[in-house]
Amino acid sequence: MSVAATIRPGRMAALRRNPTLVAGGIVLGLIVIVAVFAPWLAPYPADAGNATHPFQVLAPPSSAHPFGTDLVGRDLLSRVMFGARISLRLVIEVLVIAGLIGIPLGLVAGYFGGRIDQVIMRITDVFLAFPALLLSLAIAFVLTPSVQNMTIAIAVTWWPWYTRLVRGEAASVTTRPYIESCRVLGVAPWRVLLRHVLPNSMTPVLVQMSLDAGGILLTAASISFLGLGAQDPTPEWGLMVSQGAQYFSTQWWFVTFAGVSILLTAMAFNMIGDGVRELLDPKRVISR
Amino acid sequence: MIRFAAHRLALGVLVVVGVVVLTFLIARVIPGDPAVTYAGPRASKAQLAQTRQQLGLDKSLPVQLADYMKGIATGDWGTSYRTKQPVLSDLRTVLPASIELVTAGLFLALLIGLPLGLIAARYHGGAPDILVRVFSVIGVSMPVFWLALILQLVFAQRLGWLPAAGEYNPNLYYSSPLTSYVQMPVVDALITGNIPVLESTVSHLILPALVIAAYPAGLLARMVRASVLDTLGESHIRMTRSLGFGDLAIYGRWALRPAMNPVVQVTALVFAYSLANTFLVEAVFDWPGLGSYAANSLQSLDTPAIVGVTLIVAIVYVILNLIVDIVQAAIDPRIRLR
Amino acid sequence: MKLEVRDLNVWFGERQVVAVDRLDLDRGETLGLVGETGSGKSLTAYSIAGLAPGMGARVEGSVTLDGRELIGLSDRELREIRGRRVAMIFQAPISSLNPVFRVGDMFQRALRLHGAGKQDARRLAAEAMNAVALSPDLLRRYPHQLSGGQAQRVAIALAVALRAEVLIADEPTSALDVTVQAEILEQLQALRAEEGIATLFISHDLAVVSGLCNRVAIMREGRIVEQGPVGTTLREPRHPYTKQLLAAVPRLSAVGSADA
Repeated sequence: MSVAATIRPGRMAALRRNPTLVAGGIVLGLIVIVAVFAPWLAPYPADAGNATHPFQVLAPPSSAHPFGTDLVGRDLLSRVMFGARISLRLVIEVLVIAGLIGIPLGLVAGYFGGRIDQVIMRITDVFLAFPALLLSLAIAFVLTPSVQNMTIAIAVTWWPWYTRLVRGEAASVTTRPYIESCRVLGVAPWRVLLRHVLPNSMTPVLVQMSLDAGGILLTAASISFLGLGAQDPTPEWGLMVSQGAQYFSTQWWFVTFAGVSILLTAMAFNMIGDGVRELLDPKRVISR
Repeated sequence: MIRFAAHRLALGVLVVVGVVVLTFLIARVIPGDPAVTYAGPRASKAQLAQTRQQLGLDKSLPVQLADYMKGIATGDWGTSYRTKQPVLSDLRTVLPASIELVTAGLFLALLIGLPLGLIAARYHGGAPDILVRVFSVIGVSMPVFWLALILQLVFAQRLGWLPAAGEYNPNLYYSSPLTSYVQMPVVDALITGNIPVLESTVSHLILPALVIAAYPAGLLARMVRASVLDTLGESHIRMTRSLGFGDLAIYGRWALRPAMNPVVQVTALVFAYSLANTFLVEAVFDWPGLGSYAANSLQSLDTPAIVGVTLIVAIVYVILNLIVDIVQAAIDPRIRLR
Repeated sequence: MKLEVRDLNVWFGERQVVAVDRLDLDRGETLGLVGETGSGKSLTAYSIAGLAPGMGARVEGSVTLDGRELIGLSDRELREIRGRRVAMIFQAPISSLNPVFRVGDMFQRALRLHGAGKQDARRLAAEAMNAVALSPDLLRRYPHQLSGGQAQRVAIALAVALRAEVLIADEPTSALDVTVQAEILEQLQALRAEEGIATLFISHDLAVVSGLCNRVAIMREGRIVEQGPVGTTLREPRHPYTKQLLAAVPRLSAVGSADA
């Protein structure tokens, strides 16, 4: 199931009438290009790692360093470019992991109902009682700080949203006559789930996932800003803002470009999310 | 109604129990050796052994959980390693300032988001609508810690319009000392009629409150827009128009009020979200609340304090949700049937 | 009071949906506007009340109330006429009332909008409720606590309280039970007798129209194909479409005159 598969031909016209989606798509497309080709596009690829240049510490933007340099003299443009790789990969990984945990649980809860449904839904209630940032922070806190562990911490807090969504869809699909007849005919439950219930429950999940991407990015940047995510040589945007914070009043570039990158990427994600919702699911109003 | 309230209350209690269990899992089970997490990586062997005994790590997990829950229930939330104070009393000291900040932030968010949402709905598809939508996307996409730094630099350091940090001007400690009743300077200053402190606190509060307001303002603007547009299609609005009411009354009252239920719900939800966002904002503005406490505790690997902060925010969230559910059901009997 | 419609043309974009050449309504009269769904009868009514432009329609022609031209009036001038002189009731009575306000709030705000004082508004609301045979106690209720019939009476009471001279009733009984429907029709008849309210009654139900109205206008595809006194028009239809409609009514014997 991909988004493309659910777009019928008639919807291409709708795409043209959906400037939000197009604008977000263009910005994200550029960011993806920068991320993929960072090793070739970045002026000083080595500066994305732990290279140091003691003689050009905190240099202001110039033709050699358009975004200036950081505390140890690394080129900030190169670091911001490599930062795109980290952020995009993290968002995708979180969505995949959260989907892999959340969707099956939601299917099971919605299809079988009864006690197993009760148990699963009460567990999601508990997870949803925490603001995402808070629970991710708490989990990241007890793990060793790294991008990998931060990814896990965020994914662990994010799956219940999909469980809840899929459960509702699955429960309503399950009551339809053709599923009923599959059951009567003795088709194995897992087969019914995979063949009929899953495909029919996916659209709202896709919409929600595209709406969530921006929030995941911001959560990750926040965790890194607080020091529990990416660690120093890693060119993570939130971490860069945190490293530059105390120099902000005199060396404005340090904080500015990393922050703008976070804002732009989150905006692109959110615009795509809004656009996808308009395209696939015009009635739903998000409430998070 | 009473049955409904009792049902919701029972569910709320169940969630809080689950929340306590989850924090137990995070603090005691996920880390390989919780004693290391608790005592810190620089702890000596003897300190580790002491911590282990203190936490009851020599006992079985179910027993540990039971002890932990008993502690939480009886108000023993452990002792902060950094402040050497009981966590619960620390929280009691820092929570009010954050509640004040978040309340101010949400107040600003409503002040900004409601009219913007109404304007966007009124000029649906036109230039004002597009502007509001751009604003709301920026609001929900803003990294708050970065916005905090920018606003502080521009409005406090460069322009000098507003103070950069703190709760109120420290000179006032002597010239007009503030008697604390609820630990919220704005409220305390109002109660005691301490005008200098009131003025100073409000001016210190504006920037951090604006930062807190960014996300909810964007969210509310787009929710109000969608919600009002939905309501406008309903037949009671046609009836209202046929009675001679103009746009101002239609948008400001007849379409807004029915659209307010989801808005109230989201505002309550976003309160807890914003409480977590204070972690990123208070440290920048040196606001002495839960966020600064949490940020400092994170830095000093203060596990009991972090667990306490996590618990208290989740509990505030559950309670707020409970209140919103029950109040809405009391106002609108149709909700109870859902 | 005299309402005159001349050459009323309404477009949605390029598509013309109403082309009414002539329609008159006098004090104390009930005019039935009959047609199928989509025949343009509701839109004709909304154009008379000045609501059509707000729905995205373009309106041309002339609608005069006591000689005063309504088409082309500013929104502000129209709002003074709407409710005060021309009131409307709609098909789904409960959802026509705002769900989060008490019935009395609606009366208070509408009456005060049109210049009544607080005390007067309270008195007028109670009187209007009595006039439609409802207890003024219902003013304290929310719409969902009313029955469909009660809600429609409340809507009528709003028109009574505002002393409207013209009542546009857009299929006011089609969503109601038959017995309740009869009660509402009786109510409308009584209002005509007591208050002299002129009613434009929109319906697809010839049986109902024949029982209630003095005159009838038959609409099809935006045009009025035939109009005249209800008795002669329905007894001796001239236009084939009217005959077709009549043939669809189960009991022709029920057709009679309703001269009050």
